[in-house]
Amino acid sequence: MEQIEKTFETRELTISMGPQHPATHGVLRLVLTLDGETVIKCTPHVGYLHRGIEKLGENRTYFSALPLTDRLDYISSMNNKVGYVNAVEKIFGIEAPERAKFIRTMVAEMGRISSHIIWLGTHVLDIGLTTPFLYAFRERERILDLFETLCGARLTVSYPRIGGVRNDISQEFLDELYEFVLEFPDRMDDYETLVTENRVWKKRTVGIGVISAEEAVNWGLTGGMLRGSGVNYDVRKHAPYDAYDRVEFDVPLGKNGDCYDRYLVRIGEMKQANRIIKQCIEKLPTGAVMAASPKFTLPPKDMVLKDIEHLIHQFVLITKGPIAPEGEIYSATEVPRGELGFYFVSDGTGKPYRMRVRAPSFVHASILPKLCAGGFVADVIANIGTIDIVLGECDR
Amino acid sequence: MKPLEIADKIKEKFPDEVLEVKEFREQAAVTLKKDRILEICRHLHDAPDLCFDYLVDICGADYAGKKEKRFEIVYHLYSIKRCHAIRLKAAVPESSLEIDSVTAVWAGANWHERECYDMFGIIFKEHPDLRRVLMPEDWEGHPLRKDYPVKGPEKEWSGFRAVLDKAKRFKDFEWHE
Repeated sequence: MEQIEKTFETRELTISMGPQHPATHGVLRLVLTLDGETVIKCTPHVGYLHRGIEKLGENRTYFSALPLTDRLDYISSMNNKVGYVNAVEKIFGIEAPERAKFIRTMVAEMGRISSHIIWLGTHVLDIGLTTPFLYAFRERERILDLFETLCGARLTVSYPRIGGVRNDISQEFLDELYEFVLEFPDRMDDYETLVTENRVWKKRTVGIGVISAEEAVNWGLTGGMLRGSGVNYDVRKHAPYDAYDRVEFDVPLGKNGDCYDRYLVRIGEMKQANRIIKQCIEKLPTGAVMAASPKFTLPPKDMVLKDIEHLIHQFVLITKGPIAPEGEIYSATEVPRGELGFYFVSDGTGKPYRMRVRAPSFVHASILPKLCAGGFVADVIANIGTIDIVLGECDR
Repeated sequence: MKPLEIADKIKEKFPDEVLEVKEFREQAAVTLKKDRILEICRHLHDAPDLCFDYLVDICGADYAGKKEKRFEIVYHLYSIKRCHAIRLKAAVPESSLEIDSVTAVWAGANWHERECYDMFGIIFKEHPDLRRVLMPEDWEGHPLRKDYPVKGPEKEWSGFRAVLDKAKRFKDFEWHE
């Protein structure tokens, strides 16, 4: 026995985790340098899903670049689309009608719930709790079904459009959504009973992946990652878009900036999202759902089929694209993952000269080396879960 | 603070560096010379009345044939404390594609600058780890430049052949013995 101990040597081990690994939530590859169970260095490799969405956007009209944004963050495509149309409306200088704004706010918050709930399910599954995963998909399924009644698609919705939304919502949809909104708080209580005070869960998340408030701001983190460290920054409050200035909601904040606080923040966000949807349904104004500015927005389909003037309008808009004024804007929206920004440079033609997507997942993936270094291999899984990235958005 | 007031403050502090100030839809963009960008950024970050603590984004833009200096590096800054924003643009000519890295001021600049290098070929001096981030490491060309074809280059990526050969080798391998 003594002899073995004398000749026992240790050396650093380099392993590649991913790109096909169930806990990396997509095609993320981490090269880990290990000393026993401790991570010395972690190097993330991204880009496996790079499709050149920015380049494609620069070679298409504002209308035909619209479906591309669904493919950014495919878990919450509704929110991406809201971000895109808000940016394009800003550069055109048009505004959506009140009803459309409320509908957009409503569907964006539905997207937030469906995204957070899939985060909750997969995050706790990675760490070892299987039950919430199954429940989480039940709730997500209900929201996707609602999206299906709304526009026919479940994932790549393309529902918000430049100048409004595609079609008006039906009473049936509203009734069903209201029923969901009333039931949802009870469901949240179920999750919290299963997870929040769970000893295993707390052991695996409290004090893991700590980021201080200063560091979080310096690294450019947004969304739950930033608010988990106690920094009160939410685009919905700082620069309200759509109907966010007319609904009441709180911004949940964490204290310690660890995985557990970020969990609490996102749970709080789901409750607030539910509150916003409820207010949107109650306050929903009547009126049109598409702005009537023939230079920038498509005419209604039934008029195109009846009237030659509308047909010509539609033809010119689709082929040439709406001519945006020369200038450049940056417009940000709060998506479930953080701040999604669109930066457009227009040179006065139908296509954007430069389209830039500021993806929160990309920034959050860059902090992984800092979070993982010095921790255990098992904590790497907790850290990947807590930063809540979608590689489609990260790689664009 | 209003965006134009911030632009005036920058002009006051660095009168020789500011080339142009433009406003569009209540957002101001300050075009700067590239040489003292690090110093300017540090000032914007540290000055108590400006306090730009949050770097939103860094991206490049290619103005081939449109502007005298072909590239522009665009910095979007925001102050969480003071709730104001500004856009900085550093003009980079094609003849010298170098600019100082701002990672020393905002740690979050790291990957944004790597992406900018990847997509436009801008070299960030003093960057801790300047590698390609989205494209493969042995990729030729910089995809977001305007002279780069949308459908990609005619030539196949050199790594592609290696991947195919590897797949062929593994196909003959007996996995279940």
